[in-house]
Amino acid sequence: MAGIFGKLKDKLSKTRQGLVDRIEQVFTGASKIDDDLYEELEEILIQADVGVSTSLELVEMLRETVKERKISDPKDLQEVMKEQITGKLGEKSELRLSDSKPTVYLIVGVNGVGKTTTIGKLAKHLQEGGKKVLLAAGDTFRAAAIEQLEVWGERAGAEVIKQTEGADPAAVVYDAVQAAKSRAVDFLLIDTAGRLHNKVNLMNELAKIKRVVEREIADAPHEVLLVLDATTGQNAIQQVKLFQEVANVSGIVLTKLDGTAKGGVVIGIQGETRVPVKLIGIGEGIDDLKAFEPQEFAEALFV
Amino acid sequence: MAMFESLSEKLQATFKRLRGKGKLTEADVNEAMREVRMALLEADVNFKVVKELIAKIKERAVGQEVLESLTPAQQVIKIVHEEIISLMGGSESKIQLSSKPPTVVMLIGLQGAGKTTQGAKLANMLKKQGKHPLLVACDIYRPAAIKQLEVLGAQIKVPVFSLGQVSPVKIAEESLEFARKNGHDLVILDTAGRLHVNEELMTELSDIREAVNPDEILLVVDAMTGQDAVNVAEAFHNQLGLNGVILSKMDGDTRGGAALSVKAVTGCPIKFAGVGERMDALEVFHPDRVASRILGMGDVLTLIEKAQQTIDEKKARELEEKIRKQEFTLDDYLDQMRQIKKMGSLSSLLEMIPGIGNQLKGVEIDEKDLGRIEAIICSMTPEERTKPVIIKDSRKKRIAKGSGTTVVEVGRFLKQFEQTKKMMKQLSGMPGMPGMGGAGKKSASKKGKKGKKGKKGGQRKNPLAKFPFPF
Ligand SMILES: Nc1nc2c(ncn2[C@@H]2O[C@H](COP(=O)(O)OP(=O)(O)OP(=O)(O)O)[C@@H](O)[C@H]2O)c(=O)[nH]1
Ligand SMILES: [Mg+2]
Repeated sequence: MAGIFGKLKDKLSKTRQGLVDRIEQVFTGASKIDDDLYEELEEILIQADVGVSTSLELVEMLRETVKERKISDPKDLQEVMKEQITGKLGEKSELRLSDSKPTVYLIVGVNGVGKTTTIGKLAKHLQEGGKKVLLAAGDTFRAAAIEQLEVWGERAGAEVIKQTEGADPAAVVYDAVQAAKSRAVDFLLIDTAGRLHNKVNLMNELAKIKRVVEREIADAPHEVLLVLDATTGQNAIQQVKLFQEVANVSGIVLTKLDGTAKGGVVIGIQGETRVPVKLIGIGEGIDDLKAFEPQEFAEALFV
Repeated sequence: MAMFESLSEKLQATFKRLRGKGKLTEADVNEAMREVRMALLEADVNFKVVKELIAKIKERAVGQEVLESLTPAQQVIKIVHEEIISLMGGSESKIQLSSKPPTVVMLIGLQGAGKTTQGAKLANMLKKQGKHPLLVACDIYRPAAIKQLEVLGAQIKVPVFSLGQVSPVKIAEESLEFARKNGHDLVILDTAGRLHVNEELMTELSDIREAVNPDEILLVVDAMTGQDAVNVAEAFHNQLGLNGVILSKMDGDTRGGAALSVKAVTGCPIKFAGVGERMDALEVFHPDRVASRILGMGDVLTLIEKAQQTIDEKKARELEEKIRKQEFTLDDYLDQMRQIKKMGSLSSLLEMIPGIGNQLKGVEIDEKDLGRIEAIICSMTPEERTKPVIIKDSRKKRIAKGSGTTVVEVGRFLKQFEQTKKMMKQLSGMPGMPGMGGAGKKSASKKGKKGKKGKKGGQRKNPLAKFPFPF
């Protein structure tokens, strides 16, 4: 994903930057490594939505490493912690490409997380790389969802395959797959309606959409990207689990990292489900999409 | 999420060795507070809010006599539950009406929180209460946001005011004039989603407020929000001065700890809860129920209340009797099915019962199937309905023909019915929830305790026994 560079840190808001000192103070201000310091560290993690059990686990690991490596300077703790988190997040993971045209990505997630916006950004990025992109308006439920995608299509220079509001999304997707094949586009990005993961009927509908893609193109979709809002708390774990069950999620897009939320929940998600984070959203602009860098993310937790 | 479900169990285990002791000691309470803290944090209650809450609970719990009627664990849960409710405040699901109409309501919040949908739902709700609302499209940024509001407005037959892509301040101002001229006594402003740290856009909100002086500024918060909820709520509150909060997406399976966080930092009441994408999916917010939900005790109360609205108590009791004696017939089944249809979404109802999600796993509940089942039962003779065992091949054929289904389907349904009967018997024998089934009502707790001694009492207190599902 060349081109989606730029530092995450630069995009972080001023307010969030303002917190840096406070967190750094925890480490630089402490004279020795003691229980209080560990506790403060745990607090930082919990407040970044890492979750209690994962935070406790991380701090426990840290205690052991400190013993092993005979670390005594509090300032070194932060580095070790970042190292650990980076380790938990796994290797950097690229988007999968198909050997033959088209590469198909299915974008899923709960309501309002940023699916459509992510598609717009991704389409722009791919078009700029000289690829031909087609979008499928698979959200036939939400009011004006099709129009929203069309605006993004225009901005990105990608055509949109659509039907009308209320149409069967599987039928739209079928049309789009046919169009993608006959026009020999490089990428087909499929938008879907936001759905809460505990609604059985809607999840079945998603499974059906995916089956249509599978039937029409062997080994497609090449990615099923679950979009998670960084503002979300521990419920994100449920989201990943249930979407994975139904649609076999292959990657996560973590959006809205330009706010003050840190999206720490993905650390626990990595531990439990092994679905890698592949992209991050850092704004509403068309260029505000970035490849996920585990180390950079770990660093931003303390910013 | 199974972890939260077991807070009461964990506390029960913590307090096991406590039986016989008279008072809760500090050591006992400390141990319990670890579990409570864990549960609250996993439910996304903000870290600092949890700290304060725990301190308060501890203060109350230490030294308390363990009541005769409760186990020590129940006693602690009762205190936790009460403290959460008291922090949440009472139910205040009202819109402050202006003495000089139109009343102006302004909806604000982060991107994707659900402002547009809640705005339309609110218009719909107040329209049903006799108001003449006007929806105003102040989101000029998000692609097709105006169109979205227009589509929703058309659905609920509420006019939408928009000026296209011009300054939101101007749109808001002119909408008031339009409302006055056209007899709208309520104006609902849908503003663009924005980050609380975006100074320019936060200033825009202040400008709108200056221009139209809203009677209500409501923050829409996604119920799934994590620790950041306090930062968001604080920033919006400091900038604008909130009057209340709408919690959206409560139909998900989130514990909803954000509710507590937001209330704690702003002091503003949560007025409504969004519980679905449909235009009627906006509910009065009940602090006590969310307290149970945060603690992982399910929304038992909502369920009971909903059930009671439609099911006649006496009939329910008769049914309970029938289930226990396995006399439940297909007529009863049909009856129950129709009751449930009246109540709205079946699956959302089921989700509210703690522990039931698991029990019902593998039982497909497709609401579309209800119609076919109804047709099958209606094609049976009265005798067949009370004694389904007599339905053999030729009868099956007749029933299939009459109901427009197949013999296989009829057979499958009959088998399912037998299984259901069995399962219902099991479910109705389930012990009552430990702790706060009745949200702090003493009577409920007492009966719950009795239930553990005598089987019969336990069954009566079980919400499922009151409300048997034909599935
Ligand atoms: N600040 C910020 N806002 C974002 C980001 N990504 C999306 N948004 C905003 O979030 C809101 C919802 O985005 P959508 O793309 O409509 O989300 P969606 O998942 O398609 O929503 P539904 O289809 O309604 O479920 C919009 O206002 C977007 O501009 C991001 O990375 N940062
Ligand atoms: Mg969308």
